[in-house]
Parts: sequence; C-alpha cells; structure tokens
Amino acid sequence: MIEVDRLTKNYGLVAAIRDVSFSVSPGQIVGFLGPNGAGKSTTMRILACFMPATSGVARVAGYDVFRQSMEVRRRIGYLPENVPLYTDMRVAPYLDFVAEVKGVGRAERRRRVADVMDRCMVADVQNRLIGKLSKGYRQRVGLAQAIVNDPEVLILDEPTIGLDPKQITEIRSLIKSLAGQHTVILSTHILPEVSMVCGAVIIINNGAIVAQGPIDTLVEQFFPTSRLEVEIVGPPPAVRDQIRAIPGVLSVQDQAPANGAARYTVEAARGRDVRAEIFQLAAQQRWELLELKRVGMTLEEVFIRVVAGEESEEGSAEKSAEKSAGEPAP
Amino acid sequence: MKIWAIFKKEMRLYFTSPVAWVVLTIFLFIAGYFFSSIFSFFSQASIQSAMNPAMGRELNVTDSVMRPLFSNISVILLLLMPLVTMRLFAEERRAGTIELLLTFPVRDGAVLAGKYLAALALYAIMIGLTVLYPVIVVYFARLEWGPVLTGYLGLLLMGATFIAVGVFASSLTENQIVAAVTTFGVLLIFWILGWSADYAGGTAGRLLQFLSILEHNDSFSKGVLDTKDILYYVNFTVLALFLTSRSLEARRWKG
Ligand SMILES: Nc1ncnc2c1ncn2[C@@H]1O[C@H](COP(=O)(O)OP(=O)(O)OP(=O)(O)O)[C@@H](O)[C@H]1O
Ligand SMILES: [Mg+2]
Repeated sequence: MIEVDRLTKNYGLVAAIRDVSFSVSPGQIVGFLGPNGAGKSTTMRILACFMPATSGVARVAGYDVFRQSMEVRRRIGYLPENVPLYTDMRVAPYLDFVAEVKGVGRAERRRRVADVMDRCMVADVQNRLIGKLSKGYRQRVGLAQAIVNDPEVLILDEPTIGLDPKQITEIRSLIKSLAGQHTVILSTHILPEVSMVCGAVIIINNGAIVAQGPIDTLVEQFFPTSRLEVEIVGPPPAVRDQIRAIPGVLSVQDQAPANGAARYTVEAARGRDVRAEIFQLAAQQRWELLELKRVGMTLEEVFIRVVAGEESEEGSAEKSAEKSAGEPAP
Repeated sequence: MKIWAIFKKEMRLYFTSPVAWVVLTIFLFIAGYFFSSIFSFFSQASIQSAMNPAMGRELNVTDSVMRPLFSNISVILLLLMPLVTMRLFAEERRAGTIELLLTFPVRDGAVLAGKYLAALALYAIMIGLTVLYPVIVVYFARLEWGPVLTGYLGLLLMGATFIAVGVFASSLTENQIVAAVTTFGVLLIFWILGWSADYAGGTAGRLLQFLSILEHNDSFSKGVLDTKDILYYVNFTVLALFLTSRSLEARRWKG
C-alpha cells in the first residue's frame, strides 16, 4: 500500500533523509519511530505529497506521490505534526470544508461530518472556534479531518501527543479500529503505544532506516534469547553451575547477593522455557527459591539498541548488550 | 466544485474574524466622509450658481461629485486593499495550515482561484455598498448613469488588479505585515509613475503614463470605455496571478 524506494530529501545542503526504503502492506498499522530530527516528519510530508523528494520514488495506494499526486491525495488522510487548523473557524464548518475539498458529496457530507465528530469525540465542541479549544481537542479535530473522507491510507504524525491518558486510550482504540480497511503509518515517541497499536515498526535514525519489521520478529532478531530473573538462597557457585548445566541455558550471571539470597539472570534459547527445571533443581538441592520471573525484551530495548549502537547490529547476542544499552544517542 | 469550497472557507474566515467587518466599517466611514464633503460642497456651489447663471454651465454632477468620489475611493483602496489580501497565503504559511491545504486533493490553481475570488467578493461588497451615494445624488439632482456604471467597472478592474498584486505578495512570505507593505509599495510605485510622466515627456513619458495604474482609471469615470484600459488591468491581474502560481510551486519545492 505504501512503497518507498531510496527516498532522499535535502534541505539545501542538509540531508534530512537518505536512501530510505520500506513498504507497508494494506490494512497494516505501522509505527514510525526515531529520535528527534531523525527524518520522520520529512518522510511523511513527502508521502502526503506536501513536498517532492530530492530523489527516489514513493508510491501510495499504487500511485506515485510526485507524478500522480492528485490520485494519492484523494486516498490519504494526513495529520501534520503541529496540527495546523484554522483557528478562526468553528469545528463543524471546518470539518465540512475539509470533507467538501476532499470531494465528499453534499448529501453524504453532513452524515460523515457527524460521524467523525462522534468517533473523535468533538461533537460537544462543534460550534466552538478552533482557536479556543484546548490542545487535546485540537488534536482530535485534526484526527477527525484526516479520516473525514474515509481514506485508504492514513499518515499520522504524532497523533497522540498532548492528549490526556484517557484520550490517549480512546484515540489508540480509534486508530486500532481503523486497521483492516485502512493502512496507517503513524510516528510517535511513546514506545509502549507502538507495541499496543502497531503490528510492525520502522525505525529511522539520522535519516536512514535502521530496522523494520513486525515487532516480535524485531525483538527476536535483536534479542534471540529469553531471559529469567531468579532469586535463590544457596551457595552461589553451585547454584550458578547447576543452572548453567540445564539444557538450553546459555548463560547465568549473578547479581549482588542480599541477606543470604542471590539474584541470577539466566539467558536461555528463545522458545525454551526452563522455569520448571529451575524449580525442580532448587527443590532437589533444598535451596530456597524466592523468585522466578520471566523478563520480556521489549521494543524499547530494541529501539535503544538500534539507535544507540548501530554498529552492534549484527552481533546481537553479546552478553554486554544490557550494559551498553544505556542512553539513546543524541 | 473545489474552488467553491475554498471560496466559502475564505469568506467564512473573513467574516468570523474581525477583518471583513473592520475593513468594511472603516472603508464606508471614510468614503462616506468624502462623499458628504464633496456633495455639500457641490450643493453650495449649485445654490451660488442658481444666483449667478453664468457659473451654472460648468456644474455637472458627474464631474463635480462622482469623479472626485471615485478618485477618493481609489486612494482609500490603495491603503486598505493590502490589508484585505495580506492574510491569504502568508497566514496559511505562518500557521502551517498550508501543509494541509496543499495535501488536499485540490490543485494549486483552484486554491489560488478560490482565495482570489473571495477577496474580490469582499471587495465587491465594499464598493457595492457605496452605490448608496449615487442613489442619494439622484434624489437631489439629475445624474447620468452611464459614467457611474463605467466608473464602477473601472473601480472593479482596478480593485481586481490590487488584489492580484496583494495575493502575489502574500504568497512570497509568511509575514502578513511584509505582504501588506510589499503590496502597498508596488501599488504606490505604479500609482506615482503617472506623476513623473509629465516631467519625463516624450516616449518615456508616454510609457510611464501607460504603466500608471491611476491614468487608466481616469477614462472610466468620464464614461469612456477604452479597450486599452481594460486590457491594462486584465493583463496586470493575469500576470500577477501567474506569478503567484509560480511562487506557490517554487515554495513547494523548497519544502
Ligand atoms: N524546512 C526545513 N528546512 C531545513 N531543514 C529542515 C526542515 N525541516 C526539517 N529539517 C531538518 O531535517 C531533519 C529531519 O527533520 P524531521 O522534522 O523530519 O525530524 P523528525 O524525525 O520528525 O523529528 P521530531 O521527532 O523532532 O519530530 C532535521 O535535521 C531538521 O533540522
Ligand atoms: Mg517530526
């Protein structure tokens, strides 16, 4: 549905994005991630036909964004980063204007405007001046104008920024409900949101794509082990060696012992659940098992890793990974 | 029609913000002031001429009321029209709304046409309301409607040119003040070109006279329709609008 091939955009001498390629299949919701200034908004502006790329090709809904821009524009809904709206217009007439410009017929327009006002929860402010609305409400009006013509593709630049937690949940479920008939690409800085809403992610850093794919696949690719935290009262060397001996366990590291018990981090091959064996082992040896917990690797850790250290992309399973994964790169 | 949608939006913005109301009020106030002083001067003159028939021949409503009125109105327009047009693109750019507008399925040309026509419609309302003055005149004196009609046509054409220049200036910047000052400056230069025509004389003088915005308006208020004058305004307008569309396109590439 969205195909981007070696897209490059220079602002004067500054390259905002370089050779960006990715694709999004129909009905998917994709998160577009990257630190500030990575080039997310630039890419989205090109996809939305606001400005042409310096080189490269982008196709949306099968049409070239540059040569067939009118066809593309008919099929997209776009929410720009700062939600630019006409502050001197009232909500309902504004949405009616957008619907009309997007070619929704007069008869259908009233129904569609009422519908999106309901879905985006702005019906109660429909007669207010947009300039007098709070940030969150403006955000929702922005979202309403993006979906008012029921577009095939939605390009949302930070759609949940500035919303309160309840609204965030509501907007997320709204976006989720669009999956299937709509293809959505959304940028955000809230990583848990991506795991909740998106099936796949594209991570961009310094104008270049550094990782892309379904979230599970990415996590697996970057952290091909599963990790357990264990707290056991017992002689540390013996505990370490015996756990290490369980088939499938790749490494055991002990952390600072406290009042006789010690915590261990156990890495096992992905898909191999060694919790039962550790329990059995502790029972046999009469060690006291205080805690046994699975630690999931999240998108957050993938993000920090690819953005912080692009150099360690291939050697992904080094044991030092969790230590180097400190702060994101500037 | 997409142009119609843009047109309605611009009209709505003119009238929900105070812009249209303030411009209309100030314009009518000043035009009304000019009209009442011209007209009271005229009525005093006609009372005097009634006593002194030799003077009466020179008194004619078209020449002593309507022509001065039209020329005064064009000065007000010179000052006010830049304020009507400055918003059209500059504000969209400053507020970022241009990013949405230019990604809607509507051609740049339709956006330009809708905006231009909206400013022209507001202008038509402005000068339309001044029709009140000739109507008042008719109540007291015999008025030839021919020159009044051509006078209004002249105002309309001149206003259309002012607006086109204003739209172009507005498309060049994101600062409304810069847009207004540029418009005013350009119009003023074309306005005063005619003045220096007298000193220059010869071909240069005729050229200056030909370029002057004001010169071309004079014949309309006399009741003379000259294709040369009409073409001048039409060409000026078309050129300014063409430059606007180029500037919109160039801006798109700059991002
Ligand atoms: N109009 C512009 N002129 C010049 N440089 C620009 C312009 N817009 C963006 N840039 C530069 O291009 C780069 C990418 O910017 P972009 O806005 O795409 O980042 P982003 O990923 O959206 O960041 P953020 O998370 O802060 O929104 C930045 O280095 C920025 O300074
Ligand atoms: Mg951005």
